[in-house]
Amino acid sequence: MTLLARGLPAAEPSCYNRTVNDWWCGAYFTDYRDELVDATTQHLVITVTAIALSILIAFPLALLARRRQRLETAITGVSTALYTVPSLALFPLLVPFTGITATTVVIGLALYALTILVRSMLDGLRSVPDEVRESARGLGYGAASQLFRIELPLALPVMMAGLRVATVSTVALTTVGTLVANGGLGNLIADGVTTNFKAELLAACLLCVAIAVLLDVLIVGLQRLVTPWTRTGVSS
Amino acid sequence: MSVFADMWAYLTDGANWSGKGGILELLVQQLLLTGTALALAILIGLPLALWLGHLGRGGFLAINISNVGRAIPTFALLALLVTADWPGVSTFGPFGRAGIATLIALTLFALPPIITNAYVAVREVGEDVKESARGMGMTSWQQFRQVELPLALPLVAGGVRLALVQVWATATIAALVAGPGLGRIITDGFANSYYGKGIAGAVVVAVVAMVLEVLASMAQRAVDPLPRTSTAKKQDQLLATT
Repeated sequence: MTLLARGLPAAEPSCYNRTVNDWWCGAYFTDYRDELVDATTQHLVITVTAIALSILIAFPLALLARRRQRLETAITGVSTALYTVPSLALFPLLVPFTGITATTVVIGLALYALTILVRSMLDGLRSVPDEVRESARGLGYGAASQLFRIELPLALPVMMAGLRVATVSTVALTTVGTLVANGGLGNLIADGVTTNFKAELLAACLLCVAIAVLLDVLIVGLQRLVTPWTRTGVSS
Repeated sequence: MSVFADMWAYLTDGANWSGKGGILELLVQQLLLTGTALALAILIGLPLALWLGHLGRGGFLAINISNVGRAIPTFALLALLVTADWPGVSTFGPFGRAGIATLIALTLFALPPIITNAYVAVREVGEDVKESARGMGMTSWQQFRQVELPLALPLVAGGVRLALVQVWATATIAALVAGPGLGRIITDGFANSYYGKGIAGAVVVAVVAMVLEVLASMAQRAVDPLPRTSTAKKQDQLLATT
């Protein structure tokens, strides 16, 4: 539709213009390269920032929850209640505090990821056998060194599984951020729907799924790298 | 903050609730969509998952269907369905504009939690319990109907509850693609920089979500054959004895 405005050579057959509206269109990728790169970058930045923020909050919360049963009930209760609020409703509720900015999206997504991360961190720490903990104490490990050198490495596989779930769903949810004009590829999807631009729509959707798969593979790779002992023996 | 004043004014004005496009009409639309999609997903997914769980086969399917469902943004799927030539954007009886496209997307997104939970629930009924059932001379169907299903019910209900929350959230997102439901108030408010209205819509959506969740958890407790112990604990007990 913007073909004429861009003044492409008329001889070249195009797969998008006023009359042709193909789903798959190579010309779209070259013509709108900058727009695609910008949206993808924003998508990645929002997702990664949200996950990082969520990990920073979830870890101390999980440690606190482990100490006291009542704190655990409170923390998991509140985060589960937050999880039931639909994303399209959560972003507006944050707007009075953070405005129409990427911050709104990042905070909203971090809150969603929190539910998954706190749970998996607690499950991970609980999966460490009591004998191991006792041996560590017996060997003279202090609380901090026991946590970081014994418990965390052993809890890592379960925690990483939670991180994978959280990351993949965050990539998908980022698209809803288009409500506050910061949805990364979601902005392109919304634009594709309103202007009935099929090539843009399909490209943005596919890129979204590709980002989710890519980040998932990266996390699995990272996990194998930091837990080399899980690779020996029976392959999982 | 004046947006809160705007929001309150919007919510307390009776004219915004009644009539065409009012909060009540949109609420009914969205509840109808959520209920229909959930019922369809239960009809399609539950028998299949329970049967596979009973046979102890198809675990690969049950796990992976969840993962795939998570990676596809609901918004993207909705957008594709609405833009496609079929089912496209059109009114669909009481479901409102974009009804069929939304209904299909909602049903698809309700399937993974229902299938995964139902499969795992039946699969993980203790091996000794199943063996006792066989030892008592139960047929395969009796074993499923009288032993596995009652024990699995709380987890199965948990999956349906998860699906309910998910469907309600997705039905809200439908408004981003001109669909029906309460999300319309949110998107209209934001599109016209009338943030008070957008936030008012968000409050209604969030409150209904919480109410649905509470009702669902009550229903889940009601179907529990061994009340007063949590599902997780019971599952541990069943697993511990295997």
